[in-house]
Amino acid sequence: MSDETRRLTVASLARVEGEGALSVTIQDGRVTSSQLQIYEPPRFFEAFLRDRAFTEVADITSRICGICPVAYQTSALQAVEDACGYVVPREVAELRRLLYCGEWISSHALHIYLLHAPDFLGHPDVISLARSDRAAVERGLALKKVGNAVLEAVGGRAIHPVNARVGGFYRAPTRSELAPLAEQLREALDLALATVDWVSGFDFPDVELTHELLAVVEPDRYAIENGTLATASGDTFTPAQFLDHVEEHHLPHTTALQATLDGHLYLTGPLARYSISSGLLSPLAREAAGRAGLGDTCRNPFRSVIVRAVEVVYAVEEALRIIEGYRRPETPSPEVEPRAGVGHGVSEAPRGLLYHRYELAGDGLVRAARIIPPTSQNQAVIEDDLRRLVQSRLGLDDEALTHLCERTIRNYDPCISCATHFLRLTVTGR
Amino acid sequence: MSRPRATVVGVGNAYRCDDGVGPALVAHLAQDPPPGAVLEVCDGEPARLLDIWSRADLAVVVDSLVCSAPRPGRIHRTMVGDLHPAAGGGTHSLGIPGAIELASALGRAPARFVVFAVEVAEVGHGLGLSPEVEAALPELERLVRAEISAEPALP
Repeated sequence: MSDETRRLTVASLARVEGEGALSVTIQDGRVTSSQLQIYEPPRFFEAFLRDRAFTEVADITSRICGICPVAYQTSALQAVEDACGYVVPREVAELRRLLYCGEWISSHALHIYLLHAPDFLGHPDVISLARSDRAAVERGLALKKVGNAVLEAVGGRAIHPVNARVGGFYRAPTRSELAPLAEQLREALDLALATVDWVSGFDFPDVELTHELLAVVEPDRYAIENGTLATASGDTFTPAQFLDHVEEHHLPHTTALQATLDGHLYLTGPLARYSISSGLLSPLAREAAGRAGLGDTCRNPFRSVIVRAVEVVYAVEEALRIIEGYRRPETPSPEVEPRAGVGHGVSEAPRGLLYHRYELAGDGLVRAARIIPPTSQNQAVIEDDLRRLVQSRLGLDDEALTHLCERTIRNYDPCISCATHFLRLTVTGR
Repeated sequence: MSRPRATVVGVGNAYRCDDGVGPALVAHLAQDPPPGAVLEVCDGEPARLLDIWSRADLAVVVDSLVCSAPRPGRIHRTMVGDLHPAAGGGTHSLGIPGAIELASALGRAPARFVVFAVEVAEVGHGLGLSPEVEAALPELERLVRAEISAEPALP
């Protein structure tokens, strides 16, 4: 074929959050580059956290994302408390996990039903999907509503919750306040199981990622809001060692930094969590995963929709378990004294691992801040995934190839107020 | 339970200056609630809006309007067909036009739907409305009450 340059343009890449572009170049039948060009301006959060009080960090960083503010609050609080040498009591830790379950349920339901499912069912958007399968969309909205109810009950409100603070919570809910949630969650469990069955019936392209996987792990349960780090290869390290392994790089085509793990690409998020810790899911979630055709690991990014659905089942069950055994902390938040030091925090945001590091002065003011969000860790893998997919499907026409690129990006649920919003696929010399 | 005749939804964030015009209007109405109307404040999250609308025959949405060369306090009355999705907006959320369309697809749209959009001056962090938007509240309240009583009173 001649060395023609072909441009495929999508005016707005739907169903992802953020603004960016994609450029793929193919020369002599080979993909020579694929760039996910994130051009949103830098947001400077790490800079303007400097000289702010350690008590302000969680509320400031929660503003980084309207979809996963609890993840930002939780990683931030852990890092600050780590710097202060404070460990929250079990009751508070469980309440944080409950709050985080609300975010997983809400965010995953949003992604599965409103953003991702239309790709598999031939619909341009959820509105079109609702016209053909009203019951499915109603199921997704009902699930999301339950997730929001958990966020409101524990966090004070669904978007940018305000109740979490250094040491615990401003106010701990009473058992009677959580009781109605349990009723909603029991209904949600049926919806979550139906979701797994629904998405398992989709058609999935045959793709397998070979990259390293990195996730937060706990020894005896599926990690959500706390833990240490583990790779699929079996390496383990602590949050304090995170920056010994993970390095961020600035590349000219993107305003987001790209991270490598010990010099290599790696993936965080549902596939990593599941592949590393699926054995620690609840029996019901494991059974649902098995019924949906998942094995102990899953490396097909298109099937991440099933993993998210399984994680919703688990999060609903976990929320029910926590509410069942809930004892209201006598003191929801003891005063935590600041001290000079460095602290690290990790948690599993719905779309992947979120790392925070803070250096505090003795008066509690932040001297330095470092935040590594999931999508900057995943961006290089997304680009590599695009390169492989385009390379293996060069026979597709431009429209089909562009659509496949969009689907590929959505597999990762990029949420960067930092991901793609505008897709330009440039194919040179096919 | 019978459906309320009308639901008024003030969309916005009271901590973002004029973006709080919707919640402020709802607070005004709450001092003398219109008969048969339910008053709600919402951050604009589409799933929540859908729930609120599903319970009403008439939905009145009051929101701030950011535009170039604004005339703060100017009130626009808009019907569903006149709304278009915002260009370039984050697509994790649908926005109000998308939420209306989704409600229709789900058979949960109110029979009548009216949006009052108020041109605003300032939506940065902070409490309180600008003097121009504050001054528009009585007229906005009059228009919304008229809408509820099915007596549109636009000039």
